[in-house]
Amino acid sequence: MIEYIVAKYNYWIYILLMMIGFYAMIGKTNLVKKLLGMNVFQWAIILYYVSIASKKGGATIPIVMGAHGHYEPAQAAQYLNPLPHCLMLTAIVVGVSTTGVALALIIMIYRRYHTVEEDEILQIQETSITIK
Amino acid sequence: MIAEQFPALIIVFPLIIAFWINIVGWRWTRPCFYMSMLALSVSFISALGILNTVITTGTIHYRLGGWEPPWGIEYVVDHLNALILVIVSFVGLVVGVYSKRSIQKEISEAKIPQFYAIYTLLVMALLGMTVTGDAFNLYVLLEIASLAAYALIALGEDGAPLASFNYVIMGTIGACFYLLGVGYLYIATGSLNMADLSQLLPNLYHSKAVLAAYAFLMIGIAIKMAFFPLHVWLPDAYTHAPSAVSAFVAGTMTKVGAYVLIRVMFTIFRPYFSIELVPVTTVLGWTAIAAMIYGCVLAIAQRDLKRMLCYILIAEVGYIVLGISVANRMGFTGAILHILNDAFMMACLFLVTGAIMYKIGTRDITNFRHLHKKMPFTMAAFTITALSVVGIPPTCGFFSKWYLILGAIDAKQWAFAVALVISSLLSAIVFFKVIEKAYFKPTASAQAHNGGTHEEVAMDEVPMSMLIPIYIMVAGILTLGLFSGKIISTVIQFAVPASF
Amino acid sequence: MILRLEDIIVQTLCRLLIPFIQLFGLYVIAHGHGSPGGGFQGGCILAAAFILILVAFDLAEAKKRLSEKMNNFYNSFGVFIYAWTGWMCLLLGGNYLDYGKLSQILPVDAVKARYFGVFSIEVGVGITVMAIMVSIFQDLITGGKHEEESE
Repeated sequence: MIEYIVAKYNYWIYILLMMIGFYAMIGKTNLVKKLLGMNVFQWAIILYYVSIASKKGGATIPIVMGAHGHYEPAQAAQYLNPLPHCLMLTAIVVGVSTTGVALALIIMIYRRYHTVEEDEILQIQETSITIK
Repeated sequence: MIAEQFPALIIVFPLIIAFWINIVGWRWTRPCFYMSMLALSVSFISALGILNTVITTGTIHYRLGGWEPPWGIEYVVDHLNALILVIVSFVGLVVGVYSKRSIQKEISEAKIPQFYAIYTLLVMALLGMTVTGDAFNLYVLLEIASLAAYALIALGEDGAPLASFNYVIMGTIGACFYLLGVGYLYIATGSLNMADLSQLLPNLYHSKAVLAAYAFLMIGIAIKMAFFPLHVWLPDAYTHAPSAVSAFVAGTMTKVGAYVLIRVMFTIFRPYFSIELVPVTTVLGWTAIAAMIYGCVLAIAQRDLKRMLCYILIAEVGYIVLGISVANRMGFTGAILHILNDAFMMACLFLVTGAIMYKIGTRDITNFRHLHKKMPFTMAAFTITALSVVGIPPTCGFFSKWYLILGAIDAKQWAFAVALVISSLLSAIVFFKVIEKAYFKPTASAQAHNGGTHEEVAMDEVPMSMLIPIYIMVAGILTLGLFSGKIISTVIQFAVPASF
Repeated sequence: MILRLEDIIVQTLCRLLIPFIQLFGLYVIAHGHGSPGGGFQGGCILAAAFILILVAFDLAEAKKRLSEKMNNFYNSFGVFIYAWTGWMCLLLGGNYLDYGKLSQILPVDAVKARYFGVFSIEVGVGITVMAIMVSIFQDLITGGKHEEESE
């Protein structure tokens, strides 16, 4: 049982991070804190993907040392898997764009309601509601 | 030669034009609309070309970058794909033509070039989601479509930024769950290509990681598709958005989400897994019944026409998933036919709502008196589409519900068939409420109560550039109804998984 | 609304550092295919240089060096470089983004042509990312009211 936890410690850490981010997204009423929770959630997934790229037996980063000008095939078992790293580049870009859009939306909301607390905003909406 | 390159052209052309709109829009506003329509027309023609090729020669495999799959990204178009490509590009084009007048009234002049750029990107991303054969590429295009939708929805009326923010939070959860699911599949198999995964996974069906991947994928797609318990973002977001945006996303985003669900359940994981090993079809079926009843009942309670249509949309998604969950040939045919019909019906209903909003400035049903005199053509279109949603022949809605009920009876699930009939009756109540307010005069006692004036109302229709798209959609609804048999025998018959 | 920071140490240091940051950003873009780096990372570093001007000085100073109109242009220019590389491959007979076909116009063999194809799309990505990052930052700090700020 104990080696089940210790051997897979990276998965446990990322599950913990994901749950913290998820709780912030649904449990907090401040819009900026929700956005931060979303960021933590996305970064936990990105780190999780990056951690699965490593291999047993001391795999090193995928850069061939001192190979300028020499062309010989690299041995794949010595270097870690670069594909998850490349996939996560895309996921980081997506995360940045979503954060940018969400921040712009928060600025628009603040200008309209002068608060970023969700319960206060709903109260203002209820008092000024008109069926269009 | 050009016909071979259609799968790339359908995506690249709108992408380049969207960025040209960005540059041109800095100086001149007028060309932006025409450039956007050019891009969407090229996409529509490419989609028709792809459908033609698929019907005559079979599945298309297009290797992006010339790399062999599974090392490279591959675009795979079979019959199901090709049909949805035509639907999405057609609805995008028609709603784009409609948007010229309606957008001028709803958003400020300075933002119109950016609107058309983001609209073109949204259509491009949905087309890309449909055409790709790689699971991670689908995630990227899903996020592009979602980001474009967040931005477009936030341009709407008063409550729009908050509704869009809620959509951001929930949509990101959905996309992250999809990403987690793809990650688990990658850990288990080492591949991201859909066809390759369907070869490698059968040996791993007993492993917990693959089961967890399946669960994450299902939940993520259900959030994006607004399937019953996870639909909460939809009513607010689609109600407060500009009318053209609501019409397009209501007609297409949920349907492309349903397509992704079919791909995950029956192409990546074999039908044996989805039906027998993990009885997810039972769960989906009962949740779909809840979605249908919930959507129709809550639609009766609404006073705002657009919000009512959003709840009907939730019920329609329930129909499609019901057809998938009965897992036989009839039901699946009904589901795919319903994807086709529902895109047209929902787009037309939202376009009509936008036209009513454009003319009389309100969407409250109680203000709809004398509307049949003021806007006769618009209300006629609304009535025909309402008959189609209820399911009356010869409109297309009847045929898809017919196949769904036959499928439910074939699978001996009597509860599903009864629920289908009940929800059709409930939607009849919903639409008759609106039709009564618009068409029938109040009784003499009610008139005396209101003051007893009998006013003459002049006809004041919306401009032609908004009326023609509405009537193209209505003509589509009637044509699809009359030609249902031909559509099924040429396209849909081959889109059903072979083991049904 | 954006106060100018009048601190001589910060301003002098930033003036000295910014060219080196930009040079490092170009290095990261150029080495993307062979070592850690690439379009997105290099573009972010280039954008960081402009944002450093904005933080150390003033919005007006940053706009003198990269005006909003040019920013919008670079936005789309990078995407055009990317799309044009793919389009050339289409016109030369291959599939979209099939860089091997570029060997027909560049004086190298097919393997080296893939190398150059990837390099050109990385340049395109770097330019676009730089423009977008700067524009996101400027939009957020001015609250969208660019035109009134630059008066």
